[in-house]
Amino acid sequence: MGASLGRAALILALGVCVYGIGAALYGARTGRREWVDSGRRSVYALALVLTVCFAIIEIAFLRSDFSFDTVAGHSSTTTPTFYKAAAVWSSQEGSLLLWVWLLSLWSSAAIFITRNALRDVVPYATAVLLGFGAFFTGLLAFMATPFGTSSPAPVEGVGLNPLLRHPSMMIHPPMLYSGYTLFTIPFAFAVGALVVRRVDAEWIRAIRRFALAAWLFLGIGVLLGARWSYAELGWGGYWAWDPVENASLMPWLIGTAFIHSIMIQEKRGMLKIWNASLVLATGTLAILGTFLVRSGILQSIHAFGASTLGVPFVILIGLLVVGSIYLIVSRREVLRSEHHLDSLLSREAVFLLNNLVLVGLCFVIFWGTFFPLISEAVTGSKASVGPPWFDRYTVPLTLVLVLLSGIGPVIAWRRATAANARRNFRIPAVFGLVTLVVLVGVTGDDRKPWALGMFCCAAFVVGTVGQEFYRGIAARRALSGESPVTAAVSLVSRNRRRYGGYTVHLGMALLFVGVAASSAFQASRDVRLATGQGVDVGGYRYTYVRQTASVIDDPKRTGSILDLGAVVDVTRGGRHVTTLYPSRGYYPAPDASQGPVGSLIGGEATSHVGLKAGLRRDIWSAIEPDIQALQPLIDKGNRVVPAAHPDVALVVLEAIAQHYRDSAPPAQFRLIVSPMVTWIWLGGLIVLGGGLIAMWPPPGRRVRARYLARVGRDLKRAPTTTAV
Amino acid sequence: MVGALLVILLLGGVVWLVSGPLRRPPEPPEGRDTGRAGLEAAREAKYREIRDAEMDHRTGKLSPEDHERLDRQLRAEAIDILRRLDELGPEPRRSPPGSGSV
Repeated sequence: MGASLGRAALILALGVCVYGIGAALYGARTGRREWVDSGRRSVYALALVLTVCFAIIEIAFLRSDFSFDTVAGHSSTTTPTFYKAAAVWSSQEGSLLLWVWLLSLWSSAAIFITRNALRDVVPYATAVLLGFGAFFTGLLAFMATPFGTSSPAPVEGVGLNPLLRHPSMMIHPPMLYSGYTLFTIPFAFAVGALVVRRVDAEWIRAIRRFALAAWLFLGIGVLLGARWSYAELGWGGYWAWDPVENASLMPWLIGTAFIHSIMIQEKRGMLKIWNASLVLATGTLAILGTFLVRSGILQSIHAFGASTLGVPFVILIGLLVVGSIYLIVSRREVLRSEHHLDSLLSREAVFLLNNLVLVGLCFVIFWGTFFPLISEAVTGSKASVGPPWFDRYTVPLTLVLVLLSGIGPVIAWRRATAANARRNFRIPAVFGLVTLVVLVGVTGDDRKPWALGMFCCAAFVVGTVGQEFYRGIAARRALSGESPVTAAVSLVSRNRRRYGGYTVHLGMALLFVGVAASSAFQASRDVRLATGQGVDVGGYRYTYVRQTASVIDDPKRTGSILDLGAVVDVTRGGRHVTTLYPSRGYYPAPDASQGPVGSLIGGEATSHVGLKAGLRRDIWSAIEPDIQALQPLIDKGNRVVPAAHPDVALVVLEAIAQHYRDSAPPAQFRLIVSPMVTWIWLGGLIVLGGGLIAMWPPPGRRVRARYLARVGRDLKRAPTTTAV
Repeated sequence: MVGALLVILLLGGVVWLVSGPLRRPPEPPEGRDTGRAGLEAAREAKYREIRDAEMDHRTGKLSPEDHERLDRQLRAEAIDILRRLDELGPEPRRSPPGSGSV
């Protein structure tokens, strides 16, 4: 019943989209408000219907209803409940459903918030959003349905990919997809504004909030993905320039550029073509990101399934690109700048440079990501570029970006004078240079120029942001006589955009300090150790104290049947530092072809990292036990255990685990000492806090009205013929 | 049977929801947008810019002379926006939020 209801609901969702597009456009063309409202309500209806669809599939996963093909293919009775709930988006069809469901929810929020604003723009924006909805519900209804069923239903499912059994997988995809879908909202409003030739201050006000929310969600999603990679994938890194990682970074970079350059349009009426191009590119890149995750067109550790959806996605992306170019070219008259850059020593100029660097970064990443396809098209053979290629270009560009994020907050709009620049940059510049000198002394022969450059630039940013807060609090105290804490709170709450933005810059600086330190000064070794043996890594002594083995007692609660691990003691200068417990979990095979015992652990295996995280350094370990050494015992178990007795097979597996505990063969270890990785996550949290401050709605209507009245009174006192 | 009933219920709910505005008496076609909302948003943005400049002055980013010059310029721009708003005449009474539309 659930599957039939789901299929019918998907068709209904598609119908709602088609109707809503028609109603909104008809209302816009004829000026009939009731049709526009009906189109708007179609977005709410879409959210309602897709919520029903999502609930059906979520319930099917939680109940392990294997009559649903997608449940049988991506879950099992042994998958822990927590991961059953998250398994919905591990499948292609489930993740597409999550995408369009989030699209419908965020679109509903956007359409509701703007219900009394931008009346000429909203109908077109509604049509564009429902167009995206129609595309995805069409895919779900006809090409990748989550409601496919099999009869008779299998008694057991394949289970969730072990790599996805990590807590961040519960929130990483929804965050990422929220970012992608939220970026379609500024895109839709930009299309609407260009159609009606209206890119004014109201439009900016409406889309800025959604662009900021999209930027924030996507940023959190990217960071959670990095955290997952670090803690789950067993290679010890958090960023590998993988196509799917890159796909999520590209819209974020262009979104960052847009959030900065839209301020120039808001204040000066400049860069309208640039801003329209950025916001349309961001929306298109968000769809491209979804396409890369789901299509399997490029090799990726994150692409959990190849698909046949490439052609529709390519057509959609082609339409978006061509349509965007047409709109910008045909509306170039209304997009003409109202002013010109007054001075190269101004915040506008810094923002422009920051935009060029961000777009340059995006271009480098785009080129590197699609190089395999480009090379195949040109030379006939697929070649790819690796992290060193990306690092060669992205490291210097990021350095410039961090430096600019320090300059931006302290330079004045329109025209800064040299005297003011000197006054404002002196302390931060000294702070940055002192940091550089100290670090050059500390690092000795092990100097890494790029990393030291990053520390210097980050210190400069910390200096500028600190100085801004200090001066702001001092000014506030001079006016009100408040205590420093009260003054700080008042300052931030009355200037949320400004101080939220500064906080984001501070968080980004700390994040890049973490990236630079952990990349440049990491010590890593791959070694084979027997019990009792030890090895030195980065000044720490790792000793393999003893082996561990457990059956259905997975310490990480990921549902692994067998868990083989190690107790690793870490010392420094003979002093105990920590004890690590790396292990590797083995999961059931999708079928019984490996015998009753072998099938219990014959599926995919995944690392459970042993990690001691700290502000100064992370001590990281992963183990690859020699499971082949146990194969004779597994084969013997397969021969003696009857096929229909999994309980007996478990007893045999317990005996094998006991054998491993008694005498384990040497195991392969990856051991890493990585400085300041925690700064990346802390920096991310600060960015999140700053973003929330900047996004927080302005004071209530009454407070704003009082303020406006005051400024209005002031204006009356101002001379009227003093324009400079 | 239950499934079919649920589908009909869902369909009915959707039709009821989207047809709500069409069941109301038709409203007269909307007049041409005068750009008032855009000007009001521009006015708020300009006021914010004036406040930002004041903040920049207080935190030492703008010297008193630079601030005075910039403030004059911004106020002149704000006055121009206010004049354009005045030219549109008194603000027409808006339909209360949510009246017939959500």
